[in-house]
Amino acid sequence: MNAYFPPGLLPVLAGNFSVLVIATGIIRGLRNHLSNMGYTELVQRVRSWWIIFGIFTFAIVTDKVLFLLLMTLISYLAFKEFVSMVPVRRADRKLLLLLYLSIPIQYTWIWFQWYGMFLVFIPVVLFLLLQVGMILGRETRGYLRAGATLYWGMMISVFSLSHLGYLMVLPQEQGTHAYGACLVIYIVLLTQINDVAQYLWGKTLGHTKIIPEISPNKTWAGFLGGIFTTSAISMVISPALTPFGTITALIAGLLIGITGFFGDLSISAIKRELCMKNTGDLIPGHGGILDRVDSLTFTAPLFFHCFYLYTFISG
Amino acid sequence: MNTILRILFFMVFVKPLVQVILGLQVSNREKLPPAGPAIIVANHNSHLDTLVLMSLFPALQLAHIRTVANANYFLSNPWLAWFATRIIGAIPIQKGSGLGSHNALNDVVNALRDQNIVILYPEGTRGEPEKLEPFKRGVAVLTTVISGVPVYPVYMHGLGKALPKGEKLLVPFICNVLIGDPIDRICTNGSKLMRELQEEMEQLASKGNFPEWS
Repeated sequence: MNAYFPPGLLPVLAGNFSVLVIATGIIRGLRNHLSNMGYTELVQRVRSWWIIFGIFTFAIVTDKVLFLLLMTLISYLAFKEFVSMVPVRRADRKLLLLLYLSIPIQYTWIWFQWYGMFLVFIPVVLFLLLQVGMILGRETRGYLRAGATLYWGMMISVFSLSHLGYLMVLPQEQGTHAYGACLVIYIVLLTQINDVAQYLWGKTLGHTKIIPEISPNKTWAGFLGGIFTTSAISMVISPALTPFGTITALIAGLLIGITGFFGDLSISAIKRELCMKNTGDLIPGHGGILDRVDSLTFTAPLFFHCFYLYTFISG
Repeated sequence: MNTILRILFFMVFVKPLVQVILGLQVSNREKLPPAGPAIIVANHNSHLDTLVLMSLFPALQLAHIRTVANANYFLSNPWLAWFATRIIGAIPIQKGSGLGSHNALNDVVNALRDQNIVILYPEGTRGEPEKLEPFKRGVAVLTTVISGVPVYPVYMHGLGKALPKGEKLLVPFICNVLIGDPIDRICTNGSKLMRELQEEMEQLASKGNFPEWS
């Protein structure tokens, strides 16, 4: 158990809770102004937010190990969704088991706080192991495409997301005076706020499409409004959760807004190539798990390394 | 007793396997028959097919869901035979006799007359994974014996990747289940029925937009 419940956590969680209450109320109120299908989808979406909020908050405030287990499960579900939607070769069936097995191993390094291993295990060790496995599979047809696809899947769904796990266990002695749980809440909350804000700004004011070849729904108004909202909220909540001053909080907000946008589009591009609307249907109203964590696959590692650098520089 | 064991087996083993380890994406679940008699016609790629199809139904309905199984394989050892006939509720059919022969048919007809839902795999056997083989005529023979039983086409994708024929290791893949519209009018022309079923299955397969697997 956490020896001490960080004082900044409670107001932020309460704020998040009230936002969900308000959103639920607004959607109920809009019932008569929406089409039946649009209404059902919004209700489902907000209900899913409640469930995500509940599970996430419970895991974060209870125990580090529980949070690492939750992240292991999320990476597993994301990777499974990925290999189920992309073309895979029969020859790589057994290799896939090795990749699945490496998910709990990656989170075990995090549990031990073995920083070096956490950083090289997937980008280096697994990169080479993957090729050994493919060579032993004795199939050259589609070799490069299959190898690149599987490596990409591991980087996105395991390596990137596992940075949230390491953020959680960052030791205080390393010069950080923030609790891991606060940092995780900070980055996850802002990334999701950015997604929602981009959607809302785009729906209400957006008309000029920003990059229709990748996603027909993304507009300039959504993009800029999202960055603005995220930066503003970052400055409001960072005193409670992070050691950042106002300027740093603003920069962090900008970073999350811009990179979250690209994370979102990266998964959109794949969906476009594969001619699918959603990556799955695990989360009602949202789509698959990759649809929900797409922005996080960019913001989590970038925020983590920026934060690491920041604490290193500021001593 | 067997019903309780069957429900336990599905609750403790099958549901977690199918819903967490594999993951299930069902489209048009509401089209499934609420009660028997009904025939479910599905493509066959894996031993997991029957478990997934049965897990789509509520636990209390499990006692009324039957399937047919190749007697040569499933009756080959007593444990497997007990498991297949008692826990899964399979009706053993001698290979070669096929559903086309009226002897083998009797048990299935009785199961339908007892208001059961019967799962059939008209490809005859688990074929090449994720490839649809030509249908055999058993379903047509059945519907001429008991006319008016609705036939539900169900297409599954993913289980042939997760546990194909001849493989012992399970590799997790999400399983997609697409349920088609039932063919429930009285059909006297057997080969026409089979052709329609095959077409409906191919349509369901193309609707799924599944990634290639080769």
